[in-house]
Amino acid sequence: MKILKKLYWVFVLAFLYMPIFVMIAFSFNQSKSRTVWTGFTLKWYVELFKNEAIIKAFFTTLIVAVIAATVATVLGTIAAVGIDAMKNWEKSLVINISYMPVVNPDIITGISLLLLFNVFRQWFDFDFGMGTLIISHITFNVPYVILSVMPKLKQMDYRVYEAALDLGCNPTQAFFKVVVPEIMPGIISGFLMALTFSIDDFIISYFNSGHAQTLPVAIYAMARRRVSPEMYALSTIMFLVILTVLFAVNIKSIKDEKKVTR
Amino acid sequence: MKTKYISAPYLLWMAIFIFAPLCLVVYFAFTDKRGNFTFENMSALSTYAPVFLRSIILAGVATVVCLVMAYPVSYFMSRMKANRQKVMMMVIMLPMWMNFLLRTYAWMSLLERNGLINKFFGLFGMGPFNMINTNGAVILGMVYNYLPFMILPLYSTMVKIDHSLVEAAQDLGGNLYHVLTKVLLPLSLPGITTGITMVFVPSCSTFVISRMLGGDSAFMIGDLIDLQFLGNSYNPHLGSAMSLVLMVLVLLCMSVTNGFADDDSEGLL
Amino acid sequence: MDNNIIISLKDIVVDFDGETILNGLSLDIHDKEFVTLLGPSGCGKTTTLRIIGGFQTPKSGSVFFDGKDIADLPPYKREVNTVFQKYALFSHLNVFENIAFGLRLKKLPDQEIKSRVLEMLEIVGLKNFARRDINTLSGGQQQRVAIARALVNQPKVLLLDEPLGALDLKLRKEMQIELKRIQQALEITFIYVTHDQEEALTMSDTVVVMKGGIIQQIGTPQDIYNEPVNAFVADFIGESNILDGIMVRDFLVEINGTQFTCVDKGFKPNELVNVVIRPEDIEVVPAIQGQLSGVVKSVVFKGVHYEITVEQGGFDWIIHSTQKQNVGELIGMNIGPEEIHIMKRMRD
Repeated sequence: MKILKKLYWVFVLAFLYMPIFVMIAFSFNQSKSRTVWTGFTLKWYVELFKNEAIIKAFFTTLIVAVIAATVATVLGTIAAVGIDAMKNWEKSLVINISYMPVVNPDIITGISLLLLFNVFRQWFDFDFGMGTLIISHITFNVPYVILSVMPKLKQMDYRVYEAALDLGCNPTQAFFKVVVPEIMPGIISGFLMALTFSIDDFIISYFNSGHAQTLPVAIYAMARRRVSPEMYALSTIMFLVILTVLFAVNIKSIKDEKKVTR
Repeated sequence: MKTKYISAPYLLWMAIFIFAPLCLVVYFAFTDKRGNFTFENMSALSTYAPVFLRSIILAGVATVVCLVMAYPVSYFMSRMKANRQKVMMMVIMLPMWMNFLLRTYAWMSLLERNGLINKFFGLFGMGPFNMINTNGAVILGMVYNYLPFMILPLYSTMVKIDHSLVEAAQDLGGNLYHVLTKVLLPLSLPGITTGITMVFVPSCSTFVISRMLGGDSAFMIGDLIDLQFLGNSYNPHLGSAMSLVLMVLVLLCMSVTNGFADDDSEGLL
Repeated sequence: MDNNIIISLKDIVVDFDGETILNGLSLDIHDKEFVTLLGPSGCGKTTTLRIIGGFQTPKSGSVFFDGKDIADLPPYKREVNTVFQKYALFSHLNVFENIAFGLRLKKLPDQEIKSRVLEMLEIVGLKNFARRDINTLSGGQQQRVAIARALVNQPKVLLLDEPLGALDLKLRKEMQIELKRIQQALEITFIYVTHDQEEALTMSDTVVVMKGGIIQQIGTPQDIYNEPVNAFVADFIGESNILDGIMVRDFLVEINGTQFTCVDKGFKPNELVNVVIRPEDIEVVPAIQGQLSGVVKSVVFKGVHYEITVEQGGFDWIIHSTQKQNVGELIGMNIGPEEIHIMKRMRD
């Protein structure tokens, strides 16, 4: 039984990691082939920094993600506080519409925004690009922020807010000095979720990016012919960065926990 | 806190960028190029029924495979020590941090006729097998990409199940089958339904996986919609009609699965 | 002390979803008094407190503080502070910063803040806890922080909303004494909300008994206990035997067919009344010597006394006695005239 269990784990993990290892391995491959190993090289890591298209796409992705996640976090946090104060039917109406981008397939969110921007283009003069990209990212990010802030608001004892008023805060001060710190874990996790989804999004960006290519859009364009090994190299670097960060965070939280239990 | 009005900026955003676009989809689905009301787009969809059917079947199979694969993983994980659970969760989620297009692309290298898997079998004098550009490859791609979406909700409901319940069932003479069907399955039902929706919805509507791993053989709804908006057969009216049907399909699927597990939206994230 | 009214509520009406929470409540609270609002849940006591604190605006009526109408003043402009149910401490701040919160808002110099917070920590008995994380404190300690956080602002009135509800019995008794001590030491008004009658009796100068949004009785703990104005108060404050009786004439009441002399007058001849008799006021005597006699149904040992249930005339009498009786035995009961409390018949 134990051996069976171990084998099962090995199978699942191998399945999950095989493509990752293939890609990391081929980022060190001499030739551009994605199947034939011709020898070890680091040249793609050097080439990467000379490849303007990839670097540009990288920064587009980053800028869009940071702006969209920040705006979505502010908008979503305020929205959550407001929604929390609503009565039953108002609340469920707003929440249900808000979660549409989460529930709907991405492709529908993508094409529906495309339709909207096309309608707008009849009235205003603009092109698909950074603007439309950021707006669509904010739109699908906000629900995730609301989703992670709402439970914290529900957990929060509303008397904490009243206590702040009682001790001399006006409502605005009470919000920033007490409510925001209380729900901070939710805000942070909402922001991180938004950031990740933004960086990773392909489908919605694909329909609304115009000339501004994010990394996933660029990869998709390449994949029709051949993804260049520089892209492997970039992904390997990003993967290792995230691995290190996650590792550090987890080690820290495990250590913190030990401290608390002690 | 009487502060519901501070959500006004968001409500405006929601109305313009979530609600209005969906209304546009409905509007486009029922109009022609000149903006006149028509059922033509809808009736034209019957031509594409086989594609819809294929999408549902492929996504359905992928969902079942995900469930079967994820269930033991989630169970084993929920019975580990707290710290190990955390580490394992990280290990399972980690691949998600690499762009999914690249991961799918890597599967192309693995599955190709002269790809790595066939080379491996070649060492033993077997193959080459024809794997890429089949329905199987598409299902594999879906399972691979969305497996964590199944594990996550399953794990989070199972970790809440008191282990003594399982022991109690065994104590009362239940064998493995009984423990599974009478205790574990009913208790983890909310996780199962959430997992099913989280895998089925993106699988059913994908166009990347089918295009990269399925070649021309596995055309899916997503591919059709893509073609109407950014592809050669530009026709947003027909595309909207398709999207509308897809949306209804997804909502149906969700209401069916939610019907099984009351109104327990916990474990969604 | 009588002229020194600090808070005065006039004709307060509060509605919530069509339900009347407070129904024309009027109440005067004197300076330096320990006042307890006592009643079952839903009686409007917490709402009354929230109106004084400014967290709720009444539908009609006025709130006077030191003679000024403050009905429209928001909480942060009122000279009262509150100790909340479950404390409502700020979990992102440590003990010191929780207590300093109000002072920092007033932008006092750091030196003064420090000395006042430390002084307050000393008063509530948490001298060395300044740097502690709120989440590592026990319930009793959190309670003390909540009190210190309110008191450090030197309010004229401190509002306490069931502050001891979450503590265990022993700690609760300790804190009752502690709170009384603090109130007397600082000489400020405490308005205390509780549903625990014992708490109300031990700590208060004045007890306000409420039910259904209406004040039933205001008085000292002794008044309330010894002279309840109606059967509800009698029943809520301590245990009572509440019986139907007939007021034959002044100073004579008939209970279960037996006539008793009492000290009440002013009822109509043969008016139907409620008769309240405290369990400890009934004297157990041999059956033949008793004004009433009945059969012992049960005997429960309660520590200081036995709780004895006796059936007589279709009514189960509860008697507290230090002497043990045997179940099934026939015993006699005597009740002195001063122990019989006559009140108007309750409608429900």
